[in-house]
This record gives sequence, structure tokens and C-alpha cells, in this order.
Amino acid sequence: MDNPEDRKYTKGHEWAKKEGELIVVGITDFAQHALTDIVFVELPEKGKELEKGKQMCVVESVKSVSDIFAPVNGEVAEVNSELENSPEKLNQAPFDSWLVKIKPKDPAEFDSLMSSQQYNEYVAGLEH
Amino acid sequence: MGEKTPLFEEHKKLGAQIVDFAGWEMPVYYSTPLKEHELVRSEAGIFDVSHMGEIFVEGKQALELVQLLVTRDVSRMEPGQMSLGIMCNEQGGILDDLTVYRFSDEKYMIVVNAGTRKKDLSWIKKHAAEFGCSVRDESDSLAKIDLQGPKTKDILAELTDFDLSKIGFYRFAEFSVTGVACIVSRSGYTGEDGFELYFEGERAPKLWNKLLEAGAQPCGLGARDTLRLECCMPLYGHELTENHSPLQAGYEWNINFEKENFIGMNVLLEQKNKGLAEKLVAFEMVERGIAREGYKILHEEKEIGVVTSGSFSPTLKKNIGMGYVKQEFAGIGQKIGIDVRGKAVGAVTVKKPFYKRNY
Repeated sequence: MDNPEDRKYTKGHEWAKKEGELIVVGITDFAQHALTDIVFVELPEKGKELEKGKQMCVVESVKSVSDIFAPVNGEVAEVNSELENSPEKLNQAPFDSWLVKIKPKDPAEFDSLMSSQQYNEYVAGLEH
Repeated sequence: MGEKTPLFEEHKKLGAQIVDFAGWEMPVYYSTPLKEHELVRSEAGIFDVSHMGEIFVEGKQALELVQLLVTRDVSRMEPGQMSLGIMCNEQGGILDDLTVYRFSDEKYMIVVNAGTRKKDLSWIKKHAAEFGCSVRDESDSLAKIDLQGPKTKDILAELTDFDLSKIGFYRFAEFSVTGVACIVSRSGYTGEDGFELYFEGERAPKLWNKLLEAGAQPCGLGARDTLRLECCMPLYGHELTENHSPLQAGYEWNINFEKENFIGMNVLLEQKNKGLAEKLVAFEMVERGIAREGYKILHEEKEIGVVTSGSFSPTLKKNIGMGYVKQEFAGIGQKIGIDVRGKAVGAVTVKKPFYKRNY
């Protein structure tokens, strides 16, 4: 699955997309593939302060528990609670399944994330 | 780099994800753990479990030796019968859960876990001396494939002339499968009908590929773990350790106190009479959360035990687990909490197993 060009990426395999003033965050196809069958999602409370690079939410597969990190500093504006009942959507459509919408502290932080091309190269490097 | 089974190259060809397991490079999944789990419950899967150890014990007093080593009464087994056996140390702690294959009064095969193989071998050798028995470790030369699932009998029947209806559950026979000489038992570690095949390691790629051609699909250790958990089959290093006795682990049915002697007998008798400090229970989550190994088990905020295995159950679509709790909380229907990332998440103890196939 190609990494869409309409968004930015992190080394932790999160994607981040601008939506008005908010930043929508999910996990990439690479991430869902590495995690395998996702069976549980623990989302943060609305209004929670998020620190860039620190735990934003938890995703569990059959075998493992993984932290998903906030790509930018900010505050939880919305969570996709639909995923609590259908976590498998993160496997089926990772780029259409958002986890959290963040109200960023500093909108410029978003620009410093990786482009799709940079992320493609980063992932290619991991696979060798 | 860890040790490799004779099927390592086959796993790579199939695109398996490889992990370290007890010092071995083993496939954890080929497609996904969930798909492979469902496949074993509905069709047929094959597992490479060549990392496990096969130890042959032979001699005029072999029965006496095996009787001393395991808690069950092996004298009641017939030639051609195999069974789970628990091997304890003098303190009644579990050295290993193994399977005993009785070929005759004077010949047994003992199949042990990969992680305990060296320890088991020296333990068995140490005790074999006084019975004048020979102990042969064939683990490096033998491969093992488990064929598991409701359709396995048809698949195996395609590859052998042997009449499979002659092997009942927990029985074994020696015959050729696609030209490869095998020891085959009707048993497994998934709760489904199935067979465990032992044969020369050099023949492993051939047999593996014939089984694939016949319709079995490759399954990894990930699915093996959730399959055994649904059946409440304890796993060494998790539910079973030297710090726990077979009584605590729920293996009373596998202990025979009428036997003349077995190692650990006195301690286990004392435990049985005095009562146990803790017991292994099965539980399911009633609130949102998945219990994982090492999580604390709580009762009204007090710690009463620890989770030994926990996962999402692919068959039941529930979050399930096992763990040790203090005896007074070990009854069925006991409300407990699981400490999931600092939050007490509600669970309840249930009857074992979670899943049982009637076949």
C-alpha cells in the first residue's frame, strides 16, 4: 500500500494530516502490518495534553501491546471511539482510520515531520 | 543468531516472521496469528516444532526410572500409548511438562520443551544411572511437525497407507508418511484433532512440502499460543515453573499418589493435605482491557496474584487469561480486577477450559 502524499509521517510510523486547525493522526500501513491483527485500542480523554514523541494512545494486537506516539505537542480535540468496537479497521484501512485529532500548540511543528517521499525512503532503509 | 530447525529455509520461503524462542529462530506467523488460529479451528495447520527435544530411555528397569521421574502412573499405560507427564524436583516444583511415549516396558520416548531440554537431559541422566538405563538425546537428529485441525485426518490419510482409524487419541504408531518413516501420535497442543509426527530431520523439507501440497497450511508459534490458551493448556515458563507445583497448576489429575514413589511426592502430599497457597485460575475480562503476562491480579485494590498468560481469544471474541491467585480467590465466579496500565479493569474467574471441541 502506498503512503499517501497528502500527509506527513513520523519515524514511529504514525501519519499526520492537516484538517483545518487540527492535525489528524493514525498509523501507517507499515505499522499495521508489523503489529498484525489489531484487537484493542485505548484512546486518550478529550482535552488531554499531549507531548510530542510521548504516548498518545495504546494499540494491542493478539500478541503485543504498542504505544502510539503524538507527532506534535498539543491537546486531544477528538478521538475516533468507533475504533473501540472495530479495531480491525486499523488493519483493513490504516490511512482511512484515524485515532486522534490534535489541536497543536505550534502549527509549525507539523511542517518538520517527514514527507511521504522521506518516509518511503526511511521504510526502505528499515527493510534492508 | 539462534539455532535453526531443518525447516528454517522453508519458513523463509513462505515469508514467515521469525522470532527468537528459547534460543531458536522460529516462525511466529506466516500470514497473521489470527488467520492461522482460525485455520486450525476450522481446517488444518502445520507447525514446525522441531526445537522440542526427544529423549529415549531404554533398559530393563526403564519403567521404574520413568515412574520415579514423572508424577503419573506410567505402569498403567499400554505399549503404543502416550501421555502428558509432569516432572518435578525434590521440592515439588515443576521441572517440565513433557509427553511420555511407551514403546514397551523397556523403551520410552520423552518429549521435552526446547527451553528445558538441557536441564531435563542432565536430570534424567542423573537418575538413570541407578536403574542401569541408557539415555539417548535424539533432539538434534529428529524433526517434529504437528498437524492440527478438524481436517487433518483426511490430509494425513492422503499421504500414507496406514489405517489412521487404528490410532485412538493419545495413542501412537510407527509408519511411513510419503515415504518418510515416522512416529505418529494422535495428540497435540491446540484442542483440535490432530497428529504429532517425529522423523529424521533430513527428511523434514520433503514431508513439510507434501503436507502443504495436501492442503495443510503453515502456522506459527503465535497461533499455537492462543490456541493452547483457549484450551487452558499451561505453557512452561509461564504457568509452569520450578516455583509452582503441579497441584497449584491444576494437574492433580496427572498425579498418582498411590505409586510407590516419584520425585517430589512427599512435598506434594503435604501440599495436598495442608492446602495450597495459590492456584492457577482462568478468567475473562468483563470490562474493556486485555490482561497480559505479568499484570497484577487485584481484589478490592489489594494484590492477590499475577497474570501468566493473557490475550484476545480469536474463537470466543473475548479477552481471556490465566494466572495464579491466593487460594481463597480461586473459586469460579470470583470477581477480580486486572491492573492494566495502572487501572483496575474488571474480570471474573471462569471454569476451565474456555474452549473445548467435541470430537
